[in-house]
Amino acid sequence: MSNGFSNSSVGRKVLMALSGFFLITFLTLHFVINFLSVFSADLFNMASHFMGTNWIIQFLMQPVLMFGTLFHLGMGINLELKNKAARPIKYAMNKANENSSWISRNMLITGIMILLFLGLHFYDFWIPEIQDKFVDGIWDNPTKYFPHLVHKFEDPIRVIIYCVSFVFLALHLLHGFQSAFQSAGFNHTKYTPLIKKLGYLFAIVVPLGFIFIAVFHHLCSH
Amino acid sequence: MNLTLKVWRQKNKEDKGGLVTYPVTGISEHASFLEMLDVLNEQLITQGIEPVAFDHDCREGICGMCSLYINGEAHGPDRKVTTCQLHMRMFKDGETVHIEPFRSKAFPVLKDLVVDRGSFDRIQQAGGFISVNTSGNTQDANALPIPKPMADKAMDAATCIGCGACVATCKNSSAMLFVAAKVSQYSYLPQGQVERKERVLNMVDQMDQEGFGNCTNTGACEVECPKGISLEFIARMNKEYLNASTSSEK
Ligand code: HEM
Ligand code: SF4
Ligand code: FES
Repeated sequence: MSNGFSNSSVGRKVLMALSGFFLITFLTLHFVINFLSVFSADLFNMASHFMGTNWIIQFLMQPVLMFGTLFHLGMGINLELKNKAARPIKYAMNKANENSSWISRNMLITGIMILLFLGLHFYDFWIPEIQDKFVDGIWDNPTKYFPHLVHKFEDPIRVIIYCVSFVFLALHLLHGFQSAFQSAGFNHTKYTPLIKKLGYLFAIVVPLGFIFIAVFHHLCSH
Repeated sequence: MNLTLKVWRQKNKEDKGGLVTYPVTGISEHASFLEMLDVLNEQLITQGIEPVAFDHDCREGICGMCSLYINGEAHGPDRKVTTCQLHMRMFKDGETVHIEPFRSKAFPVLKDLVVDRGSFDRIQQAGGFISVNTSGNTQDANALPIPKPMADKAMDAATCIGCGACVATCKNSSAMLFVAAKVSQYSYLPQGQVERKERVLNMVDQMDQEGFGNCTNTGACEVECPKGISLEFIARMNKEYLNASTSSEK
């Protein structure tokens, strides 16, 4: 009989899609909060302070997010290794561009670029938070977030790295958004074309928005 | 037409194999690709060289036996055709043509361009059937009402000829399109309901055991499939699988 849902190729794809949906939801929230910083320092501080000090978010949602990201990463690598092993001898000539897009074939590469970016991003924003809260013991500093953000984007090199990373995020999502629906078993004559369009919109608007935020603060700080 | 062929030659399963270059001359542009290989083999025989082994049977696009990865694409550069239906006019006079066997861990090369697609048979045996009593009281199939849209979908899925081009093309060597077609064709029909849940679980299980890769939705299979089997069926299979996995009665 069946060797179990999470061990099967289809089951793993469904789990991959679920973690993808979860990350997309998180990304949307992250994007909305960051965008507040363009309109008002106070609003951004308020939202960040809430996210940074609310216990449910800190001690329930944050670990869930960590787990979700690590799961997505681990499963992505696991599947990719299996896929490589499924064709031990390569073709001497293979015209992959004739039947599929580069982005759909290189999700691991765009994913790893996102991972590298996450390293820098943690160093920039997460480590200082941990330092503040758990080393220095200062939890209540509701005005620190905006100045910290602006300070980080003074450095043009960092702004460039962020912008390039968002391009990789866009590439990952250009395929990933609609792919997750397909993996989860949703394909409908009427709705799938809409989902594809929505996916392209999301994959372009959100990373472009992040780029805008980084460039905006960089220009304002000068 | 005159062509230069780079053909994969491999003595047996164990042999390492390699590409060998052969010129062929006097090919009609109306010939099929397999007829061109017949001409090559005749030329090789007159030179005392062992002819190239390749799979074929019906030569009219219905059996799924012919395979070949031609110039970097399963069944060559044309769309919605098998290799036996591929015309030589798709190639230019003087062109160099690469001919390789389908590559997948689950499709081991037996000799030259012949691969063993027995893994597909074993997937079929795991669930690609319906059990009916044939001891004389068999019900007439037409006695069961089937809505036209369902019959159409089942027919679309059932056009899969099990050629394996989807596996050969997929960067992950995934057999999802084939298995999805076979799972779906029964799932639309009343006759397929009895074994519906077991079928998808067992067929996916067998597919995994054979060493095929995992689908990443690149869509390459759908483009190269000679029968135009739709990716929609893969989503359907995933849904069937999810449904079967989450229900306690199988
Ligand atoms: C930590 C770095 C990341 C890595 C290494 C990574 C890697 C991967 C890999 C290998 C796949 C499978 C490709 C496929 O099945 O087509 C994938 C799919 C996906 N990823 Fe990521 N990813 C990362 C981050 C992200 C982020 C931040 C998001 C969203 C904001 C995301 C969203 C998705 C989606 C929606 C899918 C499609 C799921 C599916 O096809 O079922 N990924 N990722
Ligand atoms: S799905 Fe298409 S490519 Fe795959 S085995 Fe069936 S007919 Fe061949
Ligand atoms: S020989 Fe039967 S499909 Fe090509």
